[in-house]
Amino acid sequence: MPSAIPALPFYLLVTAIIGGALMTIFSRNVVHAAFWLLEAMVAVSGLFLLLSAEFLALVQLLVYAGAVAVLTLFVIMLTLRRREDAIRPLDTSVAAAGLAAVFGIVTAIAVGGFSPLPARMPAAAPGIAQFGGELFTRWALPFEVASVVLLIALVGAVWWSGEDEDQ
Amino acid sequence: MSPLLVIVLRTLAGLGLLLLNGVVLIYMLRKVLGHLHLRLGPTRVGPWGIFQTSMDVVKLLTKEDFRPTASDKWLFRIAPLLIFVPSFMAYLAIGFSPTWHFANLDTGVLFVFAVLSFVPIGIMMAGWASNSKWSLIGGMRAAGQQIAYEIPLLLSVLGVAMLAGSLDPKVIVESQAGLWLGFLPKWFIVPQFLGFWLFAISAQAETNQTPFDMSEAESELVTGFANEYSGMRFGFMFLAEFSNMFVAAAVGTTLFFGGWLLPGLEHNALALALGPIIFMVKVYLGIFCMMWVRGTLPRIRIDQMLSFAWKALIPLSLLWVVVFAVILKAVGA
Repeated sequence: MPSAIPALPFYLLVTAIIGGALMTIFSRNVVHAAFWLLEAMVAVSGLFLLLSAEFLALVQLLVYAGAVAVLTLFVIMLTLRRREDAIRPLDTSVAAAGLAAVFGIVTAIAVGGFSPLPARMPAAAPGIAQFGGELFTRWALPFEVASVVLLIALVGAVWWSGEDEDQ
Repeated sequence: MSPLLVIVLRTLAGLGLLLLNGVVLIYMLRKVLGHLHLRLGPTRVGPWGIFQTSMDVVKLLTKEDFRPTASDKWLFRIAPLLIFVPSFMAYLAIGFSPTWHFANLDTGVLFVFAVLSFVPIGIMMAGWASNSKWSLIGGMRAAGQQIAYEIPLLLSVLGVAMLAGSLDPKVIVESQAGLWLGFLPKWFIVPQFLGFWLFAISAQAETNQTPFDMSEAESELVTGFANEYSGMRFGFMFLAEFSNMFVAAAVGTTLFFGGWLLPGLEHNALALALGPIIFMVKVYLGIFCMMWVRGTLPRIRIDQMLSFAWKALIPLSLLWVVVFAVILKAVGA
């Protein structure tokens, strides 16, 4: 494994991620925005691949591109009454600007609080066996807690949407 | 040879396989379906009609590439690529023999499923961009179907992964060498019989084959998501479907039928030379079975199909994973 990641693919991917994120926000068509979001997610998986995290890259593709993006598009297309509704209006109110500013400041503080990443790469990337071992022994409890949280969300969603049938 | 040249040659070989496979499969589909329906299939162009598909390719290449005015310009153009490219990428992880493969991937099986999960996004994109009701319904069906059947498909592979202790196609095939009780080939279909059925049903759904071809459904939606496409853009979508059939059959062969291995023909020079042929024969037998199902069963309704996945296949595959893990731990093999 090289001691540093190659510059050209890195900057290409970063441009794709940031560009995709910006296009998600700025494209007026909601369906286009969803496809730009998908593009950003795929580019993130490329970043994982560049860091030799092959398994994470594939899971990123499977979960975010294969499931989350499909679900997002599905919901958008299903809830649009008419095709013209896909074009969203530009909100120029003071409240929207204030909300955006608050979000920007919080993000800046949060990102600034991160300790810089190690400049040197580890000698060898761990394989999936090592990754699995680590996940299910040392990190077993956080893993299970995360799955219970997801289960609660799932049960909640079913209960919420199934309310009408009982009455 | 320089590494770059190797990459270029391997890519070209993969593309050649994909195109050739497309032409062969379309002819095979017509003939197999024809005989299953007590018809003859194509007979006129060339002996036994073997030049029928080649002529169809020429027709597709020379047809006008038409785009409806009200369609979404860019999405309409990108969609066929988003369907075709992942399908081509999936060939990267297929191993034809211990020495014949496009790339050596530790997580090959997962890679195939990860790239193939893009196909329904392309179908949705085509459905939306076409700006036609039939196309949109086709696209939506593809999405609903994909989300439902991807889960049992992935879970059905878990049993094999537990047995082989790897997701590398090469390791999975090599761990199927040998015989059980002296006559039964040590293929994973024997301990994973239920897993194989779950895989076969989900793969049939994921590759959009009848009885699960909801997104195309000729008799209901004309051609579904591909309705507004013409010329080679339609050709790409069509080709991707046949290429996905090949990939599904190849993954099935690798996981459950011992890949390039044949009992009594393992680990020698002859086996090494015959490996790719054995593999291809098994793959085409698998494809024949998929076509057999296609020619036999009628298409089911979309709501039946989705409730079957969520209420029957997913619970069954989850249960099977748990039961098999306990059995494996108890036996200690």
